[in-house]
Amino acid sequence: MAEQTQPLYVVSPSPHIHAGDSVRRIMLAVIVALLPALAWALWRFGWNAARLVAVCVSACVLAEWVARRLMRRDAGIDDFSAVVTGLLLAFNLPPSLPSGMAVAGSVVAIVAAKQVFGGLGYNPFNPALIGRVFLLISFPVQMTTWSEWRIPAPAPGLEALTTATPLGLLKTSLGQGVMPYRFDAATAWQFFLGWKNGCLGEVSGLALLLGAAYLFYRKCIYWQVPVFFIGAVAAVAAVLWKLDPAHHLPPLFHVLTGGVLLGAFFMATDMVTSPITRLGMAWFGAGCGLLTMVIRVWGGYPEGVSFAILIMNALVPLINRYTRPRVFGHGRRG
Amino acid sequence: MTMLRAARRSPGGVHPAYRKEATQGRPIENMPLPPLLRVSLSQHLGAPAKPLVKKGDRVRRGQRIGEAVGFVSAHVHAPTSGTVQAVVDWPTPAGGMQPAVEIVPDGSDEWAADLAPCADWAAADSRALLARILEAGLCGMGGAGFPTHVKLGPPANKPIDTLIVNGAECEPCLTADHRLMVEQAAGIWTGARILRRILNARTIRVAIEDNKPDALAAMEQALAAAPEADAAIVALPTAYPQGAEKQQIYAVTGREVPSGGLPMDVGVLVENVATALAAAEAVVEGRPLTERVLTVTGRPVARPANVRARLGTPLSDVLAFCGGLREPAAKAIAGGPMMGLALPTLEVGVAKTTSGLLFLAPDAAPAFTSLPCIGCARCVEACPMRLLPAELSQMLEAEDYETAEAYQVLDCIECGCCAYVCPARRPLVQHMKQGKARVALKRRQQQERKAQA
Repeated sequence: MAEQTQPLYVVSPSPHIHAGDSVRRIMLAVIVALLPALAWALWRFGWNAARLVAVCVSACVLAEWVARRLMRRDAGIDDFSAVVTGLLLAFNLPPSLPSGMAVAGSVVAIVAAKQVFGGLGYNPFNPALIGRVFLLISFPVQMTTWSEWRIPAPAPGLEALTTATPLGLLKTSLGQGVMPYRFDAATAWQFFLGWKNGCLGEVSGLALLLGAAYLFYRKCIYWQVPVFFIGAVAAVAAVLWKLDPAHHLPPLFHVLTGGVLLGAFFMATDMVTSPITRLGMAWFGAGCGLLTMVIRVWGGYPEGVSFAILIMNALVPLINRYTRPRVFGHGRRG
Repeated sequence: MTMLRAARRSPGGVHPAYRKEATQGRPIENMPLPPLLRVSLSQHLGAPAKPLVKKGDRVRRGQRIGEAVGFVSAHVHAPTSGTVQAVVDWPTPAGGMQPAVEIVPDGSDEWAADLAPCADWAAADSRALLARILEAGLCGMGGAGFPTHVKLGPPANKPIDTLIVNGAECEPCLTADHRLMVEQAAGIWTGARILRRILNARTIRVAIEDNKPDALAAMEQALAAAPEADAAIVALPTAYPQGAEKQQIYAVTGREVPSGGLPMDVGVLVENVATALAAAEAVVEGRPLTERVLTVTGRPVARPANVRARLGTPLSDVLAFCGGLREPAAKAIAGGPMMGLALPTLEVGVAKTTSGLLFLAPDAAPAFTSLPCIGCARCVEACPMRLLPAELSQMLEAEDYETAEAYQVLDCIECGCCAYVCPARRPLVQHMKQGKARVALKRRQQQERKAQA
């Protein structure tokens, strides 16, 4: 037959070309996007930041490798997703946290939150946030011990040097009936630039926005999640502030403090654990923002971003189901 | 004003690298007759034609050698004069074996006088025109190959008001339609007028993507030279799949073909520019469909070209006409890179639906290994039917055909946008095809059970 002299060609279903992106390239993009915030953390928190990032990233990668081996699956660490988890977990830790605890958080994040479900793509919850919440519940003291930091523009009569985060200070002061802040434009600007206390990666809004811009450019995140997340935080804060300015701070304070920007741009946008429809992303973002404010204002914790995102993670399958777009050619209620 | 803009922006779509530069400026070349033609009797959608010739028969060009069987089928004609060597079972581009007639050309290329020319078609009865289309063996030359006479005879309760002539050619790499519009614009317009007359339609719209300015200009000039009532060109924004039937109808008219329905349900009929030209040749010159233009391209091809080849010309001969391969190729594809069929061998013949012959070098042919879905939603963004390919593919992997049916898997047009963008490189189109087949089978079985009960 003629076939013997002919070269044989690969046969596969169409399409025969590809846009070129891969899971690994997306994870690398996220890592690149986290670099500005990492740089700020290294400069601001120094050795502690380097230590925690190194511990979390290596513990996550190692845990992933061991888990894949035990499960008799491919090594599967070359997609860099464990590096992303390690970085994000470190970004969600206070700088002085002991390394052993960071290792424990990393193992929980990778093994309990990701690999037991089958690995990347099958995990219902954001692994880094599971790691953080595990540490927050297990080691509440160490997880809320902050490095010394000078709060800018303190209210009259308050000490200038504090070890609290803005949100922590707000919660404890309000508990004693004191409003700790005169939140003005200068304070907002300093908070935005990163002159405040907090977890490693959350303090500089500017650095986070730089990274987020890159993720938009690489089409790794959709605007609905962060915009509705931040919008809901601001909307709830605005209503409370208008109703009772003596006990509430303006919306901008809530947007610029704690983990809102880190959460809205880097945690809630996690592809695996957020909806796949645009409408669903909007609902998901709004839910995250709303729950964040409920926890901040009425909950026991000063900060609620982690819990809010994890609760919304659980709702993703339902959100996807009820926000399916109208299929082309079907009626409005197809 | 003869140049219109799109009425609507169709949903989804992608922007692959078009890679048309290699051939879009190259005039169509007529390929000499090969030593052997292998004319498949299954070049169209539907039942294969029944062979009318046997070994040793002498045939002339345009002589019917295969007869349409049943309603959805098309006649097949001898592409040149010569002797029938055999009727054999032979692989088709779509896979599987179908009968093919092997003809050894005698070189004289003598026409049969089966079909008389009809220059005065405007005065002819529309049923007589339709009969000529049927006689000429026309089918959709854009790729699907649906028999044209079937499309042109819609039931009386589905009047067609708009004929869309599809010159979008949204598939990357292909330029055959592009060159036809540049070189034979007048013939395409004649074909469009004939089709309109058969359909008794009011409006003609020629839809062309705006990345082909010379084709737009040529078609517009031809229209200006022979003005026509309610006929216009629509410049569509360049996007894949702008040439897909439902998406094109939406972009041109704003009408949405209902799920499971046909264009005639919204009063529209779409024919490819090559089909329109073939209709003009069938009616005006009395020539059945015996040849077509295809683009031979891809980095490994020594001399990329637009080639007019007789139906049944072995693709290996077409490649040889284009200088063969200058570097190894991993894939040979009949059609374009998005929806074309990967060929195991080049020994299949040019068919009425073969719009291109594309070769991909090993580094340009990506391997699709199925990683788990990471939920990036890019397929959801890209799907021109607004389906959720990510969810569907996971349902189909789990063989959950019931949920997949509820998520409208049957509406998938297999355009490949989802798999093209998927970073986990999941074989989404394969999942969809399998899923559609299983859901269709399930529906058929349910109907049979109901019929028995």
